[in-house]
Parts: sequence; structure tokens; C-alpha cells
Amino acid sequence: MRRSPIAHEPFITTRLGPAIDWARKNSLFPLPFGTACCAIEFMGVVSSQFDVSRFGAEVVRFSPRQADLMIVAGTVVYKMAPILRTIYAQMAEPRWVISMGVCASSGGFYDDYCTLQGIDQIVPVDVYVPGCPPSPELLLDGLLKLQKKIDEQRLLEKP
Amino acid sequence: MPNPNPDRVRGHLGEDFLADCSSHGDLVYAVHRRGHRRVLRALRDDPELRFDMLMDLTAADRMHLPQRFERFEVVYELYSLWNGWRLRLKVPVPADDPHLDSIHDVWKAANWAEREAFDMFGIRFDGHPNLKRILCHHEFVGHPLRKDYDRRRGQWCATTETLEDELQLRRAAEHRAHNGQAEPAEALTSERMLVNIGPSHPVSHGTLRVLVELEGETIKHAIPEIGYLHRGFEKSAEKGVWNNVIPYADRLNYVSALSNNVAYVKAVEKLAGVEVPDRCKFIRVILNELSRIMDHCVCNAANIVDVGALTNFWYLFSVRENIYKVLEKLTGARLTNSYTRVGGLARDLYPGFADDVRAVLKESLPYVHDVLTLVKNNRIFQERTVGVSAFSATEALSYGWTGPCLRACGVPLDARKRDGYYFYDQFNFDVPVGEKGDAYDRILVRFEEIFQSVRIIEQALDKLPGGPVDTDRNRFVLPPKQEVYRDIEPLMNHFMLVMFGTPVPPGETYDSFEVPNGELGFYIISDGSGKPYRVRVRPPCFYLYQAYPEIIEGSMVADMAAVLGSLNVVAGELDR
Repeated sequence: MRRSPIAHEPFITTRLGPAIDWARKNSLFPLPFGTACCAIEFMGVVSSQFDVSRFGAEVVRFSPRQADLMIVAGTVVYKMAPILRTIYAQMAEPRWVISMGVCASSGGFYDDYCTLQGIDQIVPVDVYVPGCPPSPELLLDGLLKLQKKIDEQRLLEKP
Repeated sequence: MPNPNPDRVRGHLGEDFLADCSSHGDLVYAVHRRGHRRVLRALRDDPELRFDMLMDLTAADRMHLPQRFERFEVVYELYSLWNGWRLRLKVPVPADDPHLDSIHDVWKAANWAEREAFDMFGIRFDGHPNLKRILCHHEFVGHPLRKDYDRRRGQWCATTETLEDELQLRRAAEHRAHNGQAEPAEALTSERMLVNIGPSHPVSHGTLRVLVELEGETIKHAIPEIGYLHRGFEKSAEKGVWNNVIPYADRLNYVSALSNNVAYVKAVEKLAGVEVPDRCKFIRVILNELSRIMDHCVCNAANIVDVGALTNFWYLFSVRENIYKVLEKLTGARLTNSYTRVGGLARDLYPGFADDVRAVLKESLPYVHDVLTLVKNNRIFQERTVGVSAFSATEALSYGWTGPCLRACGVPLDARKRDGYYFYDQFNFDVPVGEKGDAYDRILVRFEEIFQSVRIIEQALDKLPGGPVDTDRNRFVLPPKQEVYRDIEPLMNHFMLVMFGTPVPPGETYDSFEVPNGELGFYIISDGSGKPYRVRVRPPCFYLYQAYPEIIEGSMVADMAAVLGSLNVVAGELDR
């Protein structure tokens, strides 16, 4: 009796749904919509000391067509709002949004005539990361929270 | 910093002289609007005075101030590079007919500054080629920095400008330049291509937008649009007490927040007449120079990665991360430190700070040397930067350039050396200058300044004096907590400072500080209420970026990235 050529390799069994969820959450392609100070901290997250690639999200794509996670890092003002809206619309499904920092989440301490008081008025937000700017660890924590959320979406088990 | 001969200046004002408003060591004259243009031109061309730079042009709404000629005042801050003199002219403008002559052809720097004054105050500048909004969006109604505009009245924007109007102006100017031998408009548009770059684009360093018209790969016209990060610094500054502005100042140039902190409190201290102790000055110098190292590292890292060398980005970012560790230990924050206070600092240095800084510098400098070795004589890097966007010193001065970009053009202007505040005149350091003013020079000047900053830090650490860090003037800094709980007088001081703010007497002044990007100036007006009446920032990169279209027109489209990075335009400071 011939043995299967892969029989001596280690293997695991699983269902297709969780395998897809696992793959989706660990290969996020972020689009940095960086406007202000938070974008500098985002650069810190991507660079060597904090290294976002440990969590599978290091392939930064500046084209919305190639990204599935928009990280809005920084203050969004009314002048920028139509652009944020357009770029979000250009992203393909499935897509997620992390609102990095208090400015993006609520306007922060820019409570004035030109600042949009929270990007959730124009795009849906999955994870809010507080801080002004958030420390890199906090953004990584937000990323892990998003991964948990994606994991729980159970792609193939939807009714 | 001595002032020019007042009589000679007065001679130029002639019959347009309104009043002598000099105060706080600044020479200030009020001039009638019928002749301010003539006066400014004469001051520029006077062979002895030589006010060849318009440092800043802004306006103020003096609605609630008791002393005023008219409701609005347009303010011109002049600088004589040759003599190191400063002069401020104020031109009153009535509210019922707010207009005066434009001076965009006297100094090129005035073009955008006048647009901003129009945007914020509704003052019209007659003869301006393109007087339209610059920071607020085009659907905005009203003028936000007027005192009767409600700070929180936001206005939605649904569309983005096409910039068609400015493009037509440029094309018309090009036609005129060809002696009227205009090609038909159709022929032009069919051969050329419009490319919109930004405001969300990897080379745009934040939120800059440029519309370029290309012929092949050559840029024929470039039209920048700014204001995508205009978040109302100057209006927000008016809402709280003087110390409340410090966190906002952090977020102007967020790459070197501490420099902005120091620049702001230094201006307020000048207006209040407060002298800080020597230890405080030394600490501010050290922090300013650490910020300069970080700022230059981030700028050069981004610039070099823009021309395709990624390794250097990781190297230079390591320097920044190392410095952040010290700053986080000292201030509690990595990026936005808010460490200074009017009259002192938030707290003294922690024990062992000097050793930490020395260790960090020792650890970081090899990275900078490595990067310099990798790029300095690298042929690919040189091809991308040498001779790209060379800019003459005359043009740079007309545009109001300061900082490393101006020094790369060969002008050794460094306010630290020249004005000598905070003992900078006693530190031993050089001011590096470039030759051609191209992107390569700008990058190398920044590298050299990193090493000079290290020299300053080492000297300052060696000579760091002891003693208190806060001024001993009452009501300027919070008294120690133990005394507040024990005695009535510190308790009162604490209460008054928290409730009513720093007692800055009525008046106004302009103060400049050499931050990594150039001259960061603050023009501040106090009405004595404990809150700022007006805080105007003179952002260095606003004036740098204004020259951007002129530099890149005629270059290749790929040079846009190399040039933009070398100017170090930081959107938070540009748009405020």
C-alpha cells in the first residue's frame, strides 16, 4: 500500500469558516489616512521598534483599491471630509476603519468652526483608539481588538 | 538686537505717519492705508535700512480693545537681513470698508499672507491677483477670526475645488510671457495632462494637494492648495488662559513639539516682562536642540525614502525613538509634550537626565553617520537631488524663507546666533550653509545641523546651572503643593492662576524663535484679562511652501517628491 506523499507531514484539521476568518484577520492591508500628529505615531508603529508586522498588518497600501483597513490618523476638518468619504467609498468590501486618536474620534480639543467633530458622522468606524496621539502600543491594541471583531464575524456561518 | 534709527524710518513715513506705537523693545509705527504701499517699498529699497524680508503679514480684529484707530489692523513685520533689525508697521482699516492696497509685488511672501488675512478677517487687498480663501473651504461663509464669529459654528463642505480658476491664471501668465503668441487653448489642453496629487497621497506628507499640468513628464504649472488641516489654532487660542495654548502649540509642528512650546512661552514672557532663571533657559535650549535633531531626522528620513532609499528611514527613525524615550521619561508624553509653562517649566529635570541624554546621543549618532555614508556620495541619490529645485537667495528672501532651507541657499541667517537669546551666543557652534540651494544642499544642511545641535547639547549639559526652574514672580507659576495646603498666600496665588490665568498686562508684541524649520514667530495681543486676545503664529513652512510651485515648475514630476520632502512642510504648522 502506497503512503500518501504528505502523510508524514504534520497537519491540522479545521472547518473552512474559521480558517478564512483566521486568514482575514491576520492579513490586514492598512491604508493610512494620515493627516496630522497621529500619522507620525503611525510611522512609529510601522517602523522597527514597534513593528506592526508582528500582527500581519505591515503591508501599507496607499491606494484604497488595495487596502481593507483604513486607519484615520489625525484631525479631519470639514474641508477634508469629502475626500475621506470618497476614499472610503473607493475601498472594496470587506473593509474596516480604525479611528486613531481623539481628533478623528470626536474632534478632540479642536472644538471649533473648522474641525469635523468625529469621523463617524461620515464613515462607519469599527475601533476607536483614544489618545492624543495614542501611544504605539495603544494602536496595536486597537488592531488586536479589530482582529477579534473580524474573527467573530464568522464569514461562512452567516444565516 | 538693536533697532534701526527711528528718525530715518520716520522720514519715510512722511505724511502717512499716524502714531508711534513702540513697546516691549519693538519699533512699531501706525501708518495710514493711503500710503503704506509706498512706505513699505521705500523701507525695502533704502540702502541703509534694507528691510529686505517681509517676515509676516497678518491682521487683528480690535473690536473689544479700548485703544484702536479702527476695528481692523493689518500688521507688517519687517526684517532687515543686513542689519538684523525688526520693524512693525500697523495699518488701520475701517470695518465699514475694509480694503487696502496689496503688496504682493513688493514681497512675494505677501501673496498667500494677504489671502489668509482676507479669509480670516474679510479684508480686501486691492490689486491682488487671486484674492480667494486659502485655509477655509470654498463653501465657507463668513470670516472666522472676526470677534463676532462664533468659534463653534462649523460649516460643512460637500465638494472639493477644481482649482480651474488658478490654472487659467497661470496659463494666461504663460501666454503673456510668450509675447502674446498664444497657442490656441485647445492645442494646449490636448497635449497636456492634468494630474491631481493629494491631499491624501504618500508623497504629500499629510494633507497637501497639488494640481499639476504636465507636458510629458515636465511640470508646466503647479497649483498647491492648502488648508486641509486648518484646525483653528488661532481661534482656539482665544478661548482659554495663556497656559491653555501650550498644548495647541505642541500640535503646530508635531515633529518638534518642544520647540513650539518654548517659542510660545518665550513670546508671552516677553509681553509679560518675565525673566526665567538661567537653569530654565539651559533646559529649554537642550530640549529645543533635541527637538531639532528629531525634526531633522524625521524630515531627512522621509525625504530620502521619497527618493527611494528605505533603509535610511529605519535608521533615522531609531534616533527619534531613542530621543522619545528620554522625553517620555521627562514629560510623560512621546510626541506632544506640553512641558513648558509661562514663567518656567512644568517640572524640573529628573535625576540622571544628563546621563540619559548623553547615552542616547552616543547611541544615536552612529545611525546618522551611517545614513550620511550611505547617501552622501551615492550616485543614485545625487542624481535625484543635486541641482534639483535650486533656488536663489534673492528669491528665497523675497518669499520670506528662513531656517535650513534659506541657509541651503547660502544665507547664514540663524536667529540663535544673531539674536543670542537663551545664551545661544555663548555656545560654540557653527551655522552650516549650502551653495546652490537645491534639494541636496537642504538635506546636507539638516544633517550638519544635527551634529551642531549635539555640540550645543553637550555644552549645555556640562554647564547646566542649579537653582530653580520657575520665575519667582508671584501669580505666574503654581506654588508648591505643600505651601498651598499650609499658607493662605500660596493658596490665593494658586486659585488666581487657575481661575483667572497668567496676569499678562495689556499690550502686544512679536517674538521669534529659531525652531528646526526656521523662524517661528508669535504676534500676540493681550487685553489684560488673563486670556489671549489674539495669538498669531508666523509659521515658517507657510512661507516655504508658497515658493513650491515656482521651484518645481520646469522639473520632472518625480522631482515633486524630492523637493517637497526637502522643504519639510508640516501640515499642522502650515494650516494651523
